[in-house]
Amino acid sequence: MNFMASKQPENSLLGPEADSQRTLYPYVTGTSVVALKYKDGILMAADMGGSYGSTLRYKSVERMKPIGKHSLLGASGEISDFQEILRYLDELILYDNMWDDGNSLGPKEVHNYLTRVMYNRRNKFNPLWNSLVLGGVKNGQKYLGTVSMIGVNFEDNHVATGFGNHLARPILRQEWHENLSYEDGVRLLEKCMRVLLYRDRSAINKLQIAKITEEGMTISQPYSLKTYWEFSAFANPAQGAVGTW
Amino acid sequence: MFRNQYDTDVTTWSPAGRLFQVEYAMEAVKQGSAAIGLRSKTHIVLGCVNKANSELSSHQKKIFKVDDHIGVAIAGLTADGRVLSRYMRNECINYSFTYESPLPVGRLVVQLADKAQVCTQRSWKRPYGVGLLVAGLDESGAHLYYNCPSGNYFEYQAFAIGSRSQAAKTYLERRFESFTDASRDDLVKDALMAIRETLQGETLKSSVCTIAVVGVGEPFHILDQATVQQMIDAFEIVGEQEGPAAAAGQEASAEPEAEQGGAAAGEGVAPMDI
Repeated sequence: MNFMASKQPENSLLGPEADSQRTLYPYVTGTSVVALKYKDGILMAADMGGSYGSTLRYKSVERMKPIGKHSLLGASGEISDFQEILRYLDELILYDNMWDDGNSLGPKEVHNYLTRVMYNRRNKFNPLWNSLVLGGVKNGQKYLGTVSMIGVNFEDNHVATGFGNHLARPILRQEWHENLSYEDGVRLLEKCMRVLLYRDRSAINKLQIAKITEEGMTISQPYSLKTYWEFSAFANPAQGAVGTW
Repeated sequence: MFRNQYDTDVTTWSPAGRLFQVEYAMEAVKQGSAAIGLRSKTHIVLGCVNKANSELSSHQKKIFKVDDHIGVAIAGLTADGRVLSRYMRNECINYSFTYESPLPVGRLVVQLADKAQVCTQRSWKRPYGVGLLVAGLDESGAHLYYNCPSGNYFEYQAFAIGSRSQAAKTYLERRFESFTDASRDDLVKDALMAIRETLQGETLKSSVCTIAVVGVGEPFHILDQATVQQMIDAFEIVGEQEGPAAAAGQEASAEPEAEQGGAAAGEGVAPMDI
Protein backbone atom coordinates (compact mmCIF):
# COMPACT_ATOMS: atom_id res chain seq x y z
CA MET A 1 0.00 0.00 0.00
CA ASN A 2 1.34 3.40 -0.93
CA PHE A 3 1.46 5.77 2.05
CA MET A 4 3.32 8.46 0.15
CA ALA A 5 0.97 11.09 -1.25
CA SER A 6 1.16 11.03 -5.00
CA LYS A 7 2.70 14.09 -6.61
CA GLN A 8 1.04 13.33 -9.94
CA PRO A 9 -0.92 16.39 -10.99
CA GLU A 10 -4.48 15.59 -11.92
CA ASN A 11 -4.29 16.93 -15.41
CA SER A 12 -4.22 13.79 -17.52
CA LEU A 13 -7.22 15.19 -19.37
CA LEU A 14 -4.90 17.78 -20.86
CA GLY A 15 -3.26 15.12 -23.00
CA PRO A 16 0.28 15.82 -24.17
CA GLU A 17 0.61 18.63 -21.67
CA ALA A 18 0.00 16.29 -18.76
CA ASP A 19 3.65 16.13 -17.84
CA SER A 20 4.57 19.75 -18.36
CA GLN A 21 4.61 22.04 -15.43
CA ARG A 22 2.31 24.96 -15.21
CA THR A 23 2.22 27.88 -12.86
CA LEU A 24 0.05 26.95 -9.90
CA TYR A 25 1.09 29.60 -7.38
CA PRO A 26 3.58 32.44 -7.23
CA TYR A 27 6.77 32.28 -5.13
CA VAL A 28 8.57 35.61 -5.09
CA THR A 29 6.07 38.40 -5.43
CA GLY A 30 5.94 42.15 -5.73
CA THR A 31 3.07 44.13 -4.32
CA SER A 32 1.09 47.10 -5.65
CA VAL A 33 2.00 49.36 -8.54
CA VAL A 34 0.21 52.72 -8.77
CA ALA A 35 0.22 55.01 -11.79
CA LEU A 36 -1.49 58.14 -13.01
CA LYS A 37 -1.57 60.47 -16.01
CA TYR A 38 -0.32 63.98 -15.42
CA LYS A 39 0.25 67.04 -17.55
CA ASP A 40 3.35 65.86 -19.42
CA GLY A 41 2.94 62.08 -19.31
CA ILE A 42 2.70 59.23 -16.85
CA LEU A 43 3.92 58.87 -13.27
CA MET A 44 4.28 55.41 -11.81
CA ALA A 45 5.30 54.24 -8.35
CA ALA A 46 6.24 50.85 -6.96
CA ASP A 47 8.18 49.74 -3.94
CA MET A 48 11.28 47.60 -4.25
CA GLY A 49 10.13 44.62 -2.28
CA GLY A 50 10.14 40.98 -3.34
CA SER A 51 8.28 38.86 -0.81
CA TYR A 52 8.84 35.15 -0.42
CA GLY A 53 5.49 34.24 1.07
CA SER A 54 5.20 36.28 4.24
CA THR A 55 8.93 37.03 4.42
CA LEU A 56 10.11 40.34 2.97
CA ARG A 57 13.04 38.56 1.36
CA TYR A 58 14.37 40.89 -1.37
CA LYS A 59 14.52 44.61 -0.90
CA SER A 60 16.05 45.95 -4.11
CA VAL A 61 13.77 44.61 -6.78
CA GLU A 62 13.15 47.05 -9.64
CA ARG A 63 9.58 46.46 -10.61
CA MET A 64 9.38 49.19 -13.26
CA LYS A 65 11.25 49.06 -16.55
CA PRO A 66 11.32 51.13 -19.74
CA ILE A 67 10.10 49.42 -22.91
CA GLY A 68 11.35 50.81 -26.20
CA LYS A 69 11.30 54.58 -26.61
CA HIS A 70 7.76 55.28 -25.55
CA SER A 71 6.63 52.95 -22.78
CA LEU A 72 7.07 52.08 -19.13
CA LEU A 73 6.05 48.73 -17.63
CA GLY A 74 5.35 48.13 -13.96
CA ALA A 75 4.52 44.72 -12.55
CA SER A 76 3.24 43.13 -9.42
CA GLY A 77 3.05 39.41 -8.78
CA GLU A 78 5.61 36.75 -9.59
CA ILE A 79 9.00 38.40 -10.22
CA SER A 80 10.35 35.59 -12.39
CA ASP A 81 7.30 35.89 -14.68
CA PHE A 82 7.93 39.63 -14.88
CA GLN A 83 11.47 38.86 -16.03
CA GLU A 84 10.06 36.48 -18.62
CA ILE A 85 7.73 39.22 -19.87
CA LEU A 86 10.69 41.57 -20.14
CA ARG A 87 12.42 39.02 -22.35
CA TYR A 88 9.33 38.77 -24.62
CA LEU A 89 9.19 42.54 -24.85
CA ASP A 90 12.91 42.82 -25.46
CA GLU A 91 12.53 40.57 -28.48
CA LEU A 92 9.46 42.48 -29.63
CA ILE A 93 11.23 45.82 -29.46
CA LEU A 94 14.33 44.35 -31.08
CA TYR A 95 12.40 43.19 -34.14
CA ASP A 96 10.56 46.47 -34.22
CA ASN A 97 13.88 48.34 -34.29
CA MET A 98 15.30 46.02 -36.92
CA TRP A 99 12.72 47.27 -39.43
CA ASP A 100 14.60 50.56 -39.16
CA ASP A 101 11.81 52.38 -40.92
CA GLY A 102 10.78 55.25 -38.69
CA ASN A 103 7.78 53.39 -37.29
CA SER A 104 7.86 52.30 -33.68
CA LEU A 105 5.60 50.44 -31.30
CA GLY A 106 3.88 52.85 -28.94
CA PRO A 107 2.40 52.17 -25.51
CA LYS A 108 -0.98 51.23 -26.99
CA GLU A 109 0.58 48.56 -29.19
CA VAL A 110 2.71 47.16 -26.35
CA HIS A 111 -0.31 47.08 -24.06
CA ASN A 112 -2.36 45.14 -26.59
CA TYR A 113 0.49 42.77 -27.28
CA LEU A 114 0.77 42.05 -23.56
CA THR A 115 -2.97 41.50 -23.34
CA ARG A 116 -2.71 38.86 -26.06
CA VAL A 117 0.20 37.17 -24.31
CA MET A 118 -1.48 37.14 -20.90
CA TYR A 119 -4.79 35.91 -22.26
CA ASN A 120 -3.21 33.18 -24.33
CA ARG A 121 -1.25 31.90 -21.36
CA ARG A 122 -4.39 31.94 -19.25
CA ASN A 123 -6.17 29.85 -21.86
CA LYS A 124 -3.44 27.25 -21.63
CA PHE A 125 -3.85 27.12 -17.86
CA ASN A 126 -0.29 28.33 -17.52
CA PRO A 127 -0.57 32.00 -16.61
CA LEU A 128 2.14 34.56 -16.12
CA TRP A 129 1.28 35.44 -12.56
CA ASN A 130 1.42 39.22 -12.88
CA SER A 131 -0.69 42.32 -12.89
CA LEU A 132 0.90 44.75 -15.30
CA VAL A 133 0.72 48.50 -15.67
CA LEU A 134 1.75 49.92 -19.02
CA GLY A 135 2.10 53.66 -19.48
CA GLY A 136 3.68 55.93 -22.05
CA VAL A 137 3.50 58.90 -24.35
CA LYS A 138 3.73 58.88 -28.12
CA ASN A 139 3.19 61.80 -30.47
CA GLY A 140 1.77 63.81 -27.60
CA GLN A 141 -0.80 61.17 -26.75
CA LYS A 142 -0.67 59.88 -23.18
CA TYR A 143 -1.59 56.25 -22.60
CA LEU A 144 -2.09 54.30 -19.39
CA GLY A 145 -3.42 50.76 -19.23
CA THR A 146 -3.35 47.61 -17.19
CA VAL A 147 -3.49 43.85 -17.86
CA SER A 148 -4.13 41.15 -15.33
CA MET A 149 -2.93 37.54 -15.27
CA ILE A 150 -6.20 36.40 -16.79
CA GLY A 151 -6.05 38.90 -19.60
CA VAL A 152 -8.47 41.50 -18.28
CA ASN A 153 -7.31 44.79 -19.71
CA PHE A 154 -8.43 48.39 -19.75
CA GLU A 155 -7.17 51.95 -19.95
CA ASP A 156 -7.81 54.70 -17.49
CA ASN A 157 -6.45 57.99 -16.13
CA HIS A 158 -5.11 56.21 -13.09
CA VAL A 159 -4.56 52.50 -12.43
CA ALA A 160 -3.24 50.30 -9.68
CA THR A 161 -2.60 46.62 -9.04
CA GLY A 162 -3.29 44.42 -6.07
CA PHE A 163 -3.90 46.27 -2.82
CA GLY A 164 -3.50 49.50 -4.70
CA ASN A 165 -6.92 48.92 -6.22
CA HIS A 166 -8.51 48.97 -2.78
CA LEU A 167 -6.39 51.57 -1.01
CA ALA A 168 -4.99 53.87 -3.70
CA ARG A 169 -7.74 54.06 -6.34
CA PRO A 170 -10.30 55.65 -3.97
CA ILE A 171 -7.78 58.39 -3.14
CA LEU A 172 -7.09 58.89 -6.85
CA ARG A 173 -10.77 59.00 -7.69
CA GLN A 174 -11.17 61.85 -5.22
CA GLU A 175 -8.06 63.82 -5.94
CA TRP A 176 -6.94 63.10 -9.51
CA HIS A 177 -7.71 65.73 -12.11
CA GLU A 178 -6.65 66.51 -15.64
CA ASN A 179 -3.28 68.26 -16.11
CA LEU A 180 -1.73 67.61 -12.74
CA SER A 181 1.65 69.23 -12.38
CA TYR A 182 4.66 67.02 -11.83
CA GLU A 183 4.89 68.02 -8.15
CA ASP A 184 1.20 67.45 -7.54
CA GLY A 185 1.38 64.07 -9.29
CA VAL A 186 4.29 62.94 -7.18
CA ARG A 187 2.59 64.21 -4.02
CA LEU A 188 -0.55 62.27 -4.91
CA LEU A 189 1.39 59.08 -5.63
CA GLU A 190 3.30 59.42 -2.38
CA LYS A 191 0.04 59.81 -0.52
CA CYS A 192 -1.18 56.55 -2.06
CA MET A 193 2.10 54.76 -1.38
CA ARG A 194 2.10 55.93 2.23
CA VAL A 195 -1.34 54.44 2.83
CA LEU A 196 -0.16 51.23 1.21
CA LEU A 197 2.92 51.24 3.40
CA TYR A 198 0.81 51.54 6.52
CA ARG A 199 -1.77 49.00 5.55
CA ASP A 200 -0.23 46.47 3.10
CA ARG A 201 1.75 43.84 4.94
CA SER A 202 3.93 43.11 1.91
CA ALA A 203 4.89 46.74 1.31
CA ILE A 204 8.34 48.01 2.25
CA ASN A 205 9.49 51.56 2.82
CA LYS A 206 11.77 51.78 -0.17
CA LEU A 207 10.19 52.97 -3.36
CA GLN A 208 10.90 54.39 -6.75
CA ILE A 209 8.83 56.80 -8.80
CA ALA A 210 9.18 56.66 -12.57
CA LYS A 211 8.16 59.33 -15.02
CA ILE A 212 7.67 58.97 -18.73
CA THR A 213 7.10 61.90 -21.09
CA GLU A 214 7.54 62.57 -24.78
CA GLU A 215 11.23 63.19 -24.07
CA GLY A 216 11.84 59.86 -22.38
CA MET A 217 11.77 57.94 -19.16
CA THR A 218 13.44 58.68 -15.86
CA ILE A 219 13.31 56.64 -12.71
CA SER A 220 14.14 58.04 -9.31
CA GLN A 221 16.71 56.64 -6.96
CA PRO A 222 15.15 54.50 -4.24
CA TYR A 223 13.95 56.53 -1.29
CA SER A 224 11.76 56.20 1.78
CA LEU A 225 8.58 57.89 2.81
CA LYS A 226 8.28 59.64 6.13
CA THR A 227 5.92 57.82 8.39
CA TYR A 228 4.33 58.69 11.68
CA TRP A 229 3.50 55.98 14.14
CA GLU A 230 2.64 58.08 17.18
CA PHE A 231 -1.05 58.37 16.45
CA SER A 232 -2.84 57.79 19.72
CA ALA A 233 -5.05 55.22 18.05
CA PHE A 234 -1.96 53.17 17.29
CA ALA A 235 -0.99 53.23 20.96
CA ASN A 236 -4.06 51.32 21.97
CA PRO A 237 -5.33 49.71 18.79
CA ALA A 238 -7.80 47.38 20.49
CA GLN A 239 -9.70 50.19 22.14
CA GLY A 240 -13.17 50.57 20.72
CA ALA A 241 -12.73 47.50 18.49
CA VAL A 242 -13.56 44.39 20.45
CA GLY A 243 -11.86 41.25 19.19
CA THR A 244 -9.15 42.98 17.17
CA TRP A 245 -5.47 42.72 17.83
CA MET B 1 13.05 39.19 -75.60
CA PHE B 2 13.76 35.93 -77.32
CA ARG B 3 13.85 32.34 -76.16
CA ASN B 4 17.22 31.11 -75.00
CA GLN B 5 18.76 28.19 -73.19
CA TYR B 6 18.75 29.91 -69.79
CA ASP B 7 15.08 30.72 -69.50
CA THR B 8 13.51 27.39 -68.53
CA ASP B 9 14.13 27.56 -64.79
CA VAL B 10 13.79 30.45 -62.42
CA THR B 11 16.82 29.08 -60.62
CA THR B 12 19.07 29.30 -63.67
CA TRP B 13 21.21 32.38 -64.16
CA SER B 14 22.11 33.53 -67.62
CA PRO B 15 25.79 34.28 -68.32
CA ALA B 16 24.88 37.95 -68.33
CA GLY B 17 23.60 37.65 -64.77
CA ARG B 18 19.88 37.69 -65.54
CA LEU B 19 17.03 35.53 -64.35
CA PHE B 20 14.88 35.28 -67.44
CA GLN B 21 11.87 33.73 -65.75
CA VAL B 22 11.66 36.75 -63.46
CA GLU B 23 11.90 39.06 -66.44
CA TYR B 24 9.19 37.10 -68.23
CA ALA B 25 7.02 37.52 -65.15
CA MET B 26 7.53 41.29 -65.37
CA GLU B 27 6.49 41.02 -69.00
CA ALA B 28 3.19 39.55 -67.83
CA VAL B 29 2.65 42.71 -65.82
CA LYS B 30 3.22 44.81 -68.92
CA GLN B 31 0.55 42.82 -70.76
CA GLY B 32 -2.12 43.41 -68.12
CA SER B 33 -4.51 46.35 -68.38
CA ALA B 34 -3.26 49.61 -66.98
CA ALA B 35 -3.27 50.64 -63.35
CA ILE B 36 -2.11 54.01 -62.04
CA GLY B 37 -1.49 55.56 -58.67
CA LEU B 38 -0.67 59.05 -57.47
CA ARG B 39 -0.35 60.69 -54.10
CA SER B 40 -0.43 64.00 -52.32
CA LYS B 41 0.64 64.70 -48.77
CA THR B 42 -2.67 63.47 -47.42
CA HIS B 43 -4.35 61.33 -50.08
CA ILE B 44 -3.58 58.57 -52.54
CA VAL B 45 -5.67 57.76 -55.58
CA LEU B 46 -5.55 54.46 -57.44
CA GLY B 47 -7.12 53.97 -60.81
CA CYS B 48 -7.33 51.20 -63.33
CA VAL B 49 -8.72 50.41 -66.72
CA ASN B 50 -11.41 47.75 -66.57
CA LYS B 51 -12.15 46.15 -69.86
CA ALA B 52 -14.67 43.36 -69.81
CA ASN B 53 -14.02 40.50 -72.24
CA SER B 54 -17.39 40.88 -73.85
CA GLU B 55 -20.55 42.86 -73.33
CA LEU B 56 -22.06 39.87 -71.62
CA SER B 57 -19.45 39.52 -68.89
CA SER B 58 -18.60 41.67 -65.91
CA HIS B 59 -15.15 43.13 -65.65
CA GLN B 60 -12.37 41.81 -63.46
CA LYS B 61 -11.74 43.27 -60.06
CA LYS B 62 -8.33 44.91 -60.08
CA ILE B 63 -8.50 47.15 -57.05
CA PHE B 64 -8.71 45.58 -53.61
CA LYS B 65 -9.24 47.06 -50.19
CA VAL B 66 -6.67 45.59 -47.87
CA ASP B 67 -7.56 47.53 -44.74
CA ASP B 68 -9.11 50.88 -43.90
CA HIS B 69 -5.80 52.54 -44.53
CA ILE B 70 -4.36 50.38 -47.35
CA GLY B 71 -5.53 49.49 -50.83
CA VAL B 72 -3.92 47.86 -53.83
CA ALA B 73 -4.31 48.05 -57.61
CA ILE B 74 -2.93 45.20 -59.70
CA ALA B 75 -1.82 44.59 -63.26
CA GLY B 76 -0.97 41.21 -64.74
CA LEU B 77 -2.25 37.81 -63.69
CA THR B 78 -5.24 38.90 -61.67
CA ALA B 79 -5.49 35.51 -59.98
CA ASP B 80 -2.01 35.99 -58.52
CA GLY B 81 -3.09 39.48 -57.51
CA ARG B 82 -6.12 38.14 -55.69
CA VAL B 83 -4.03 35.67 -53.74
CA LEU B 84 -1.53 38.34 -52.74
CA SER B 85 -4.36 40.65 -51.69
CA ARG B 86 -5.66 37.91 -49.44
CA TYR B 87 -2.20 37.59 -47.92
CA MET B 88 -2.04 41.34 -47.34
CA ARG B 89 -5.48 41.42 -45.75
CA ASN B 90 -4.46 38.61 -43.46
CA GLU B 91 -1.30 40.35 -42.38
CA CYS B 92 -3.18 43.57 -41.70
CA ILE B 93 -5.89 41.95 -39.70
CA ASN B 94 -3.45 39.90 -37.62
CA TYR B 95 -1.40 42.98 -36.81
CA SER B 96 -4.53 44.94 -35.94
CA PHE B 97 -5.68 42.18 -33.63
CA THR B 98 -2.39 41.92 -31.76
CA TYR B 99 -1.54 45.61 -31.54
CA GLU B 100 -4.90 47.37 -32.02
CA SER B 101 -3.09 49.58 -34.43
CA PRO B 102 -2.94 49.70 -38.23
CA LEU B 103 -0.03 47.91 -39.89
CA PRO B 104 2.42 50.48 -41.29
CA VAL B 105 2.32 50.26 -45.12
CA GLY B 106 6.08 50.24 -45.40
CA ARG B 107 6.26 47.02 -43.42
CA LEU B 108 3.51 45.32 -45.39
CA VAL B 109 5.27 46.19 -48.62
CA VAL B 110 8.54 44.67 -47.40
CA GLN B 111 6.73 41.50 -46.33
CA LEU B 112 5.13 41.33 -49.77
CA ALA B 113 8.46 41.86 -51.48
CA ASP B 114 10.11 39.14 -49.40
CA LYS B 115 7.26 36.79 -50.31
CA ALA B 116 7.82 37.53 -54.01
CA GLN B 117 11.57 37.02 -53.65
CA VAL B 118 11.05 33.51 -52.33
CA CYS B 119 9.42 32.58 -55.61
CA THR B 120 12.53 33.67 -57.48
CA GLN B 121 14.75 31.31 -55.56
CA ARG B 122 12.89 28.00 -55.47
CA SER B 123 13.00 25.55 -58.34
CA TRP B 124 9.49 24.30 -57.64
CA LYS B 125 7.88 27.75 -57.67
CA ARG B 126 7.30 30.43 -60.24
CA PRO B 127 7.35 34.18 -59.71
CA TYR B 128 4.02 35.95 -59.16
CA GLY B 129 2.93 37.40 -62.48
CA VAL B 130 1.43 40.55 -61.06
CA GLY B 131 2.58 44.06 -60.30
CA LEU B 132 0.99 45.76 -57.31
CA LEU B 133 0.49 49.43 -56.65
CA VAL B 134 0.09 49.62 -52.89
CA ALA B 135 -1.47 52.79 -51.51
CA GLY B 136 -1.45 53.35 -47.79
CA LEU B 137 -1.47 55.79 -44.94
CA ASP B 138 0.64 55.57 -41.86
CA GLU B 139 2.14 57.76 -39.16
CA SER B 140 4.65 59.27 -41.55
CA GLY B 141 2.03 60.24 -44.14
CA ALA B 142 0.68 59.02 -47.46
CA HIS B 143 2.63 56.42 -49.42
CA LEU B 144 2.48 54.79 -52.81
CA TYR B 145 4.61 51.74 -53.52
CA TYR B 146 5.11 49.53 -56.53
CA ASN B 147 5.81 45.84 -55.87
CA CYS B 148 7.46 43.91 -58.68
CA PRO B 149 7.42 40.16 -59.37
CA SER B 150 11.18 40.31 -58.90
CA GLY B 151 10.75 41.06 -55.20
CA ASN B 152 11.81 44.68 -55.58
CA TYR B 153 9.71 47.52 -54.35
CA PHE B 154 9.93 51.24 -54.88
CA GLU B 155 8.15 54.23 -53.46
CA TYR B 156 6.60 56.66 -55.88
CA GLN B 157 4.90 60.02 -56.03
CA ALA B 158 2.99 58.67 -59.00
CA PHE B 159 3.30 55.61 -61.22
CA ALA B 160 1.56 53.60 -63.90
CA ILE B 161 1.85 49.93 -64.82
CA GLY B 162 0.34 47.64 -67.43
CA SER B 163 -0.31 48.05 -71.12
CA ARG B 164 0.05 51.56 -72.58
CA SER B 165 1.15 52.75 -69.16
CA GLN B 166 3.93 54.75 -70.81
CA ALA B 167 1.35 57.29 -71.99
CA ALA B 168 0.04 57.68 -68.45
CA LYS B 169 3.59 57.89 -67.09
CA THR B 170 4.40 60.70 -69.49
CA TYR B 171 1.36 62.61 -68.30
CA LEU B 172 2.23 61.97 -64.66
CA GLU B 173 5.84 63.00 -65.17
CA ARG B 174 4.66 66.34 -66.50
CA ARG B 175 2.31 66.95 -63.61
CA PHE B 176 3.77 65.23 -60.60
CA GLU B 177 5.27 68.32 -58.98
CA SER B 178 1.80 69.64 -58.32
CA PHE B 179 0.59 66.47 -56.65
CA THR B 180 2.05 66.93 -53.17
CA ASP B 181 -0.17 69.88 -52.34
CA ALA B 182 -3.08 69.01 -54.60
CA SER B 183 -6.55 68.68 -53.17
CA ARG B 184 -8.27 65.30 -53.08
CA ASP B 185 -10.54 66.13 -55.99
CA ASP B 186 -7.71 67.43 -58.12
CA LEU B 187 -5.82 64.24 -57.48
CA VAL B 188 -8.81 62.19 -58.68
CA LYS B 189 -9.06 64.36 -61.78
CA ASP B 190 -5.38 63.81 -62.49
CA ALA B 191 -5.91 60.09 -62.09
CA LEU B 192 -8.75 60.15 -64.60
CA MET B 193 -6.63 62.15 -67.03
CA ALA B 194 -3.81 59.65 -66.70
CA ILE B 195 -6.21 56.79 -67.37
CA ARG B 196 -7.53 58.62 -70.40
CA GLU B 197 -3.99 58.74 -71.78
CA THR B 198 -3.80 54.95 -71.71
CA LEU B 199 -7.07 54.62 -73.61
CA GLN B 200 -5.46 56.15 -76.71
CA GLY B 201 -8.44 58.03 -78.07
CA GLU B 202 -11.18 55.80 -76.73
CA THR B 203 -13.85 57.68 -74.78
CA LEU B 204 -13.27 57.80 -71.08
CA LYS B 205 -16.36 56.71 -69.23
CA SER B 206 -16.92 55.31 -65.77
CA SER B 207 -17.79 51.88 -67.15
CA VAL B 208 -14.22 51.32 -68.37
CA CYS B 209 -12.37 52.54 -65.32
CA THR B 210 -12.32 52.18 -61.55
CA ILE B 211 -11.07 54.78 -59.09
CA ALA B 212 -10.30 54.31 -55.40
CA VAL B 213 -9.20 56.83 -52.79
CA VAL B 214 -7.59 56.66 -49.38
CA GLY B 215 -6.60 59.63 -47.28
CA VAL B 216 -6.37 61.25 -43.89
CA GLY B 217 -9.83 60.89 -42.36
CA GLU B 218 -11.00 58.94 -45.41
CA PRO B 219 -10.81 55.15 -45.26
CA PHE B 220 -9.96 53.29 -48.45
CA HIS B 221 -12.96 52.93 -50.70
CA ILE B 222 -13.76 52.52 -54.37
CA LEU B 223 -15.72 55.41 -55.85
CA ASP B 224 -19.06 54.44 -57.30
CA GLN B 225 -19.69 54.72 -61.01
CA ALA B 226 -22.03 57.70 -60.77
CA THR B 227 -19.50 59.83 -58.89
CA VAL B 228 -16.74 58.90 -61.32
CA GLN B 229 -18.91 59.74 -64.32
CA GLN B 230 -19.74 63.11 -62.75
CA MET B 231 -16.07 63.93 -62.39
CA ILE B 232 -15.34 62.82 -65.93
CA ASP B 233 -18.14 65.02 -67.26
CA ALA B 234 -16.91 67.93 -65.18
CA PHE B 235 -13.45 68.03 -66.64
CA GLU B 236 -14.12 66.70 -70.15
CA ILE B 237 -16.34 69.64 -70.98
CA VAL B 238 -14.01 72.20 -69.47
CA GLY B 239 -11.09 70.44 -71.14
CA GLU B 240 -12.60 70.97 -74.61
CA GLN B 241 -13.14 74.70 -74.00
CA GLU B 242 -9.79 75.39 -72.46
CA GLY B 243 -7.85 73.34 -75.03
CA PRO B 244 -7.27 76.05 -77.62
CA ALA B 245 -6.88 78.74 -74.96
CA ALA B 246 -4.18 76.81 -73.16
CA ALA B 247 -2.33 76.16 -76.40
CA ALA B 248 -2.34 79.89 -77.18
CA GLY B 249 -1.19 80.73 -73.67
CA GLN B 250 1.63 78.19 -74.07
CA GLU B 251 3.00 80.02 -77.09
CA ALA B 252 2.63 83.41 -75.45
CA SER B 253 4.45 82.74 -72.18
CA ALA B 254 8.23 82.90 -72.33
CA GLU B 255 9.09 80.53 -69.55
CA PRO B 256 6.99 77.69 -68.23
CA GLU B 257 5.51 78.65 -64.90
CA ALA B 258 4.91 75.34 -63.31
CA GLU B 259 2.99 76.71 -60.31
CA GLN B 260 0.59 78.75 -62.36
CA GLY B 261 0.01 75.98 -64.86
CA GLY B 262 -0.51 73.53 -62.05
CA ALA B 263 -3.07 75.74 -60.36
CA ALA B 264 -4.94 76.39 -63.59
CA ALA B 265 -4.85 72.75 -64.54
CA GLY B 266 -6.33 71.97 -61.16
CA GLU B 267 -9.44 73.82 -62.22
CA GLY B 268 -9.89 71.51 -65.21
CA VAL B 269 -7.57 72.81 -67.94
CA ALA B 270 -6.62 70.30 -70.63
CA PRO B 271 -3.52 68.21 -70.08
CA MET B 272 -1.77 70.13 -72.85
CA ASP B 273 -0.24 72.60 -70.44
CA ILE B 274 3.34 73.78 -70.01
